Amino acid sequence: MTKSSLLVQDARTAKRNRAETRFKAYGMAAIAVGLLMLVILLVTIIGRGTGAFQQTFVTLPVTLTEGKLDKKGNRDLADIKKVSTFGYAPLLKDAFEAKVAEAGIETALKSKAMAGLLSKDAAAELRNYVLANVDQIGDTVEFEFLASGRVDGYLKGRVTRESIANDKNINAAQLDLVDALVADGSIAKKFNLAFITGADASDARPEAAGMGVSMIGSLFMMLVVLALALPIGVAASIYLEEFAPKNWITDIIEVNISNLAAVPSIVFGILGLAVFINYMHLPNSAPLVGGLVLTLMTLPTIIISTRASLKSVPPSIRDAALGVGASKMQSVFHHVLPLAAPGILTGTIIGLAQALGETAPLLLIGMVGFIASNAPETLADGLMAPNSAMPAQIYEWAKRADPAFYERAWGGIIILLVFLITMNAIAVLLRRRFERRW
Amino acid sequence: MTAALQIIGLPLPLALLIAVGVIAAVGYMLTRARAMTRAGGDARGLHSLPRYYGMTAAMFAAVPALGVMVIWMLAQPMVVQNAVLPLIPAAEITSAGTQSLILSDVKRVADGLDVAVAQGALKRADIAAMADDPSGLRETLGSVGVALGSDVKPYVLQAAEASRGLKTKGQSWMAIVVLVLALGGAALALRAADPAFRARNVVERGILVLLIVAASLAILTTVGIVLSMLFESINFFRLHDWKDFFLGTTWAPNFRGDSDLSILPLLWGTLYISIVALLVAVPIGLFAAIYLSEYAGPKVRAVAKPLLEILAGIPTIVYGLFALLTVGPFLVSIFGRGDEGLLGVEWMSGATAVLTAGLVMGIMLIPFVSSLSDDIINAVPQSLRDGSFGLGATQSETVRQVVLPAALPGIVGAILLAASRAIGETMIVVLGAGAIARISGNPFEAMTTITTRIVSQLTGDTDFASPETLVAFALGLTLFVLTLGLNVIALYIVRTYREQYE
Repeated sequence: MTKSSLLVQDARTAKRNRAETRFKAYGMAAIAVGLLMLVILLVTIIGRGTGAFQQTFVTLPVTLTEGKLDKKGNRDLADIKKVSTFGYAPLLKDAFEAKVAEAGIETALKSKAMAGLLSKDAAAELRNYVLANVDQIGDTVEFEFLASGRVDGYLKGRVTRESIANDKNINAAQLDLVDALVADGSIAKKFNLAFITGADASDARPEAAGMGVSMIGSLFMMLVVLALALPIGVAASIYLEEFAPKNWITDIIEVNISNLAAVPSIVFGILGLAVFINYMHLPNSAPLVGGLVLTLMTLPTIIISTRASLKSVPPSIRDAALGVGASKMQSVFHHVLPLAAPGILTGTIIGLAQALGETAPLLLIGMVGFIASNAPETLADGLMAPNSAMPAQIYEWAKRADPAFYERAWGGIIILLVFLITMNAIAVLLRRRFERRW
Repeated sequence: MTAALQIIGLPLPLALLIAVGVIAAVGYMLTRARAMTRAGGDARGLHSLPRYYGMTAAMFAAVPALGVMVIWMLAQPMVVQNAVLPLIPAAEITSAGTQSLILSDVKRVADGLDVAVAQGALKRADIAAMADDPSGLRETLGSVGVALGSDVKPYVLQAAEASRGLKTKGQSWMAIVVLVLALGGAALALRAADPAFRARNVVERGILVLLIVAASLAILTTVGIVLSMLFESINFFRLHDWKDFFLGTTWAPNFRGDSDLSILPLLWGTLYISIVALLVAVPIGLFAAIYLSEYAGPKVRAVAKPLLEILAGIPTIVYGLFALLTVGPFLVSIFGRGDEGLLGVEWMSGATAVLTAGLVMGIMLIPFVSSLSDDIINAVPQSLRDGSFGLGATQSETVRQVVLPAALPGIVGAILLAASRAIGETMIVVLGAGAIARISGNPFEAMTTITTRIVSQLTGDTDFASPETLVAFALGLTLFVLTLGLNVIALYIVRTYREQYE
């Protein structure tokens, strides 16, 4: 054992110092692990989700043969409507054959297999176009059709030649044709606006699914939450903070609110199902019901943050108001409340952001599934007609065991997170801009 | 009256809301003007500011009318149901279960008739003609999108018709009562508008009442939660043996009836996943909190703390997807690929497992544990640390032997809060934990939790008369009691701990 001096540490001190360094390293490691998880999460979301914002399109000139679409040749809309989407499929096959011949691509594929490269939506898209432009029957029009989910996956690297061995939706010969058409420039990836604005699509058409309608569902729910939770929450906080006498009733209310804040969200879903749907007969899956459930869920959050900002207004403000003759009510509504407003607003936005990302209660009141295929037209429709919500839509996609839908789910998360980040950023900016230190 | 309002194309409550709003606004202006005229056009002659007179009118018009409307809409379904009950032949009601089954049939048929009439598929006369033999009704309703489980029996149609009649009648009366109340309230305020009338005091008392009502809404929510789950749970225990629910060991719901519905396997899955989550979150969160509060400089703290808290702001559906599509496959590639895998073992057969859900939930809980513990560690008085340093202890010795023991009760409270959050978490386990109910110690197996089963029993077609649906309410009640208990204990511990140093 060395003798201790100022220059040389004795064994015990060295040990203690090593323990000190170790302990500090554990702390740093803990923070690093936490931050690493955040980074992994964000990288995964962005890496897997950005693909959803691009979609593969096939450029195809289609001859709108009169003999197939309008046999009588009188351009009568009622007659043309009688031709179903099946009647349009041959046009697509012909168009593909013409395209392949023109580009000089050699393939052994039948025209039906070629048309299989297109989304199942393509015939309907063609039909809608013809019905809207009856006068163009007989012409050749250039279309941009969605490619099928498998072709899209092939271009994005999700589908490979090895992975399709047992896939009956696509085969290697078709992929050869895709390669040739990509080289030709007829198949290309483009920005996919329909993913942001469109509606959900059925299981067989992942390429056509979009978030737009569920975004509107979420919007209507947030309107309900804002319209109910903000006034009720502020009123409850004002009473508890400014008027409530100190007695057991007030105590019960306070304990109640802090406990409600910790009740699992799914319990609010059970409440919504039992009370709003089963008892009050409000329609299933309606954004109104979703909004009501989320209101009850966010109320405690809003009350807690509102009370904190009311508390931070100094008593001197109240005293001054009372001193110049205001009533208690006037001092609160004319002086305390405006000063607390930025804090209340911040808390409300954070509460709304929380409500926007909540999924579990929505599952119970039926806001999942392939329901909304159109955007609602009126306010009452928006509130009462069945719809989905952004997180519920993501859940729905995650359940369909198809990698093409998984990509959509990650993409949906990006959209959801953009909303949440924007809301939180606004809250932070508001706080920075208006926060007053007394 | 209702017909006139329906012409506008608005649902009745919304139309009434607008009508009451208009009455209140007109009342405000008239009353304010009247008070001013009676004071000779000089506001100084009035007891209160002119706007308070207007506000009395708006308040008298809107508050009682809207209050009655809300209560009416809440009570009407119950009244209608009780009125319809005598129409069902006593011979059909063999137990409480069949009664609610028939009532839900009646409800469906009534709703279906509404839809059919609105779409023009049926006329009033058609319904009357079918009173004795409604066998064709099922098909008609099916054509407008209302699917019925069985053919409609005559008494069901009769009851459905009666309930529809009562509903329409009730709505007309509601519209009349609400409008009369609104007009009456406004008229009352208009009559009272007198310079000596203490309008401000009246308005302020009214506002105070509204504030109290808003504050009691929190209690109402809790009562609503407890009652709604309690009633349905009681219904469940009428149909299913409570001993099997609490003490049985098999969970095998079977929609043809005769299911094994026991909570133990679900409880085990819930607790196992929560324990895994806490094993991840507590050490990381606690060390992060210690570092942030005892070692980190203000700059590191200002960056690291908000960044960590982002993890708490990410919606749980994101974590669920992360578990299902990223963490699960990753774990399988380590533990489940046999000789191709990293460890050469084959313990894990699918991506959903206790470990998957537990790990991801642990990540979610890190900021929860860290920010709560951070607050608690910061609340330990500096004098304790100074005393320890003065005796020659290093910083880590101070933390381990002085700060942590002092903060221990608070940290235990924080862990309990995190545990309650883990038990109630839904989306991560729905996507990441699997659906097989079993009691086993293997963390690589899929297990299921209380929340997952609530979701699966209550989504899709729910029939409120079968134990398979009602069991979800008993599960929900158990979950509520469990989390509430943990919260109350945790808040109590945290509160007494805080008082200790104040």
